[in-house]
Amino acid sequence: MDIDHFSHKRKSRSVRLILLFAVLLLVGFVLSLNTGPYSIGPFEVLQTLLGEGSKKQSLVLFELRLPRMVIAVMIGAGLAVSGAILQGISRNGLSDPGILGISSGAGLAVLLFVSLYPATNMAPPFLMPFLALIGATATAGIIYMLAYKKGHGISPTRLLLTGIAVGAGLSAISIILTLQLNPRNLEFVVTWQMGSLWGSNWKFVLALLPWMVILLPYVYRKANVLNLLSMNEHIAASLGVSLQRERLALMTGAVGLAASSVATGGGIGFIGLLGPHIARRLVGPQHQYMLPITALVGSLLVLAGDTIGRSIMPATEVPAGIVISLIGGPYFLYLLIRTKG
Amino acid sequence: MSLSQPITKNTSLRTRPWMATVLIVAGICGILFGLGSSIITGVANISFSTVWNSIFHYDSSNEHHVIIQSLRMPRALAGALVGAAFAVAGAIMQGVTRNPIADTGLMGINAGAGFVLVLVFAFAPRLPFESIVLFSFIGAGLGVGLVYGLAYFSKNGLTPLRLALAGAVVSSILSGISQAISLLFQINYDLAFWSAGGISTAEWFQVSVMMPWIVGGIIVAMILSRSITILSLGEEIAAGLGQKTRLVKGLAAVVVMVLAGASVSTVGGVGFVGLVVPHIVRFLVGVDYRWIIPCSAVMGGVLVVFADIGAKMIAMPYETPLGAIIAVIGVPFFLYLARKERREW
Repeated sequence: MDIDHFSHKRKSRSVRLILLFAVLLLVGFVLSLNTGPYSIGPFEVLQTLLGEGSKKQSLVLFELRLPRMVIAVMIGAGLAVSGAILQGISRNGLSDPGILGISSGAGLAVLLFVSLYPATNMAPPFLMPFLALIGATATAGIIYMLAYKKGHGISPTRLLLTGIAVGAGLSAISIILTLQLNPRNLEFVVTWQMGSLWGSNWKFVLALLPWMVILLPYVYRKANVLNLLSMNEHIAASLGVSLQRERLALMTGAVGLAASSVATGGGIGFIGLLGPHIARRLVGPQHQYMLPITALVGSLLVLAGDTIGRSIMPATEVPAGIVISLIGGPYFLYLLIRTKG
Repeated sequence: MSLSQPITKNTSLRTRPWMATVLIVAGICGILFGLGSSIITGVANISFSTVWNSIFHYDSSNEHHVIIQSLRMPRALAGALVGAAFAVAGAIMQGVTRNPIADTGLMGINAGAGFVLVLVFAFAPRLPFESIVLFSFIGAGLGVGLVYGLAYFSKNGLTPLRLALAGAVVSSILSGISQAISLLFQINYDLAFWSAGGISTAEWFQVSVMMPWIVGGIIVAMILSRSITILSLGEEIAAGLGQKTRLVKGLAAVVVMVLAGASVSTVGGVGFVGLVVPHIVRFLVGVDYRWIIPCSAVMGGVLVVFADIGAKMIAMPYETPLGAIIAVIGVPFFLYLARKERREW
């Protein structure tokens, strides 16, 4: 009965936290709508949203800021949940699509496209996530194969080290390709790699939306499997979970979320690491509660990063990825020092 | 060292001085051969006799003689120096931190030097190279300080895995700031070329500025080598043998800072030399740093001189980034190290 009581308390606390974060995200959204080179007051925002604003106001809000912020929210959720899955299946709190090299693989595929078809200059928005997915899947496959040892399976540490090495190799190839671009394409690629939400129009929102709408609920349905996988391989196997198949399915989900996010947002790091970590601290390791908070925290972080990046130096936007790595990097180092083993 | 030689079972003190001597002699021959090959290869086809004449019968009206004297010789020599510096820096770090995957590139020290160089490009683009080198030391020192600081403050020290993670993150923070600055000051293009790494711009003047630093750094490293061997056995053992471990570690950090800073200011972000070379050397000559350091210096020089010939040849007449060539060699090696380890890191 005590356990029941406890879990009930925990559940209501988690639900409250999810609601709280949803409200926070909403507030952040409104604040972000107000900020930018062309400032619009909160009241005017409301007016414009209701269709009463001036022409310039509605142009800035509907065509520039709103799609960009919607993308920020989706990317944040995608990257953070991707990180949560990777951490769950590798049983290592330091996993993240960036550190494992999956983001570099997605980026390289996009870079290849830009350098092979310079005439089109930018890949059409619907093609980008698919290109990125091919790159990310290939990379994930290579890392998995290289980290796999017969009779030992995948050790979490070997997976991370292999990811770091493969990531370094891929970025060497990226550098060769980058140097052969003409200055205009180079400008695009370099800013994209830094994680600027460059595709800020409704087309990109539409291109990204199906990935999130399909993959996020799918992963949420697997919350129980993730609970088991992240505990102990033997317990999971004895409870009748088909380990290999579930792990592969979840890995595919993680790769898809990361790839589509990277295709639109570029190399935004640390979200996959910070989102799940903060969520776990708040509600514990149960994925049913942890995953929604992870998604919300990720969204908040990217939204905040982008808003800050837009407002420190309005003339030259600092990409969200840089803002986030300046905040996330030190936090990661702090985690590294604090935790044992 | 736990990676290549388990310290148990008395294998830890194995050394092969004769092998080291062979390696040094062969390495010096390799460097000389490499310098010669590097001087005759390039876009303009130059025969060996022209090289000979350019040295002993220099004719300033002969275009080939000018190319050899003012471009190819300093480039080849810079390659050898930088290779030696990176390799020795890596060897020192591996010995002092007792960590088999320590390397100036992987640990964020190159990124630190690069970060300060970007600041220089942005705020003081006309600074003379002598001062740029000094700023590069400061940046490398920043990287060394961060890694040492993390290892110092973390519980139970940093395992190789955690050190690799810390290095990756320190690099990404520093290069993030560098990129932001380069965006604001519109030096993207310069930064991209810089981080690719390459020796093609090295001139006599730069060689003359960095040479004393690198040669001096390697000499101090050799003086420290005995203490580093003892330190590599474990800090308690070293302290028990009456060594001033703090002093040795501090001096070693300064040497790493000077070697990495001088090299990075000349060739940009080249990693993995310091990882690969000391491992191969340690495998061949054993665990005594009195041999590892000079052998690493020679072999590092050989590696970079030949990699630079590759940079010239692979896509003639274009330069292939040196950093990428070394990464192509270094990454499989890193993967091999990650697989070879039996224990969990």
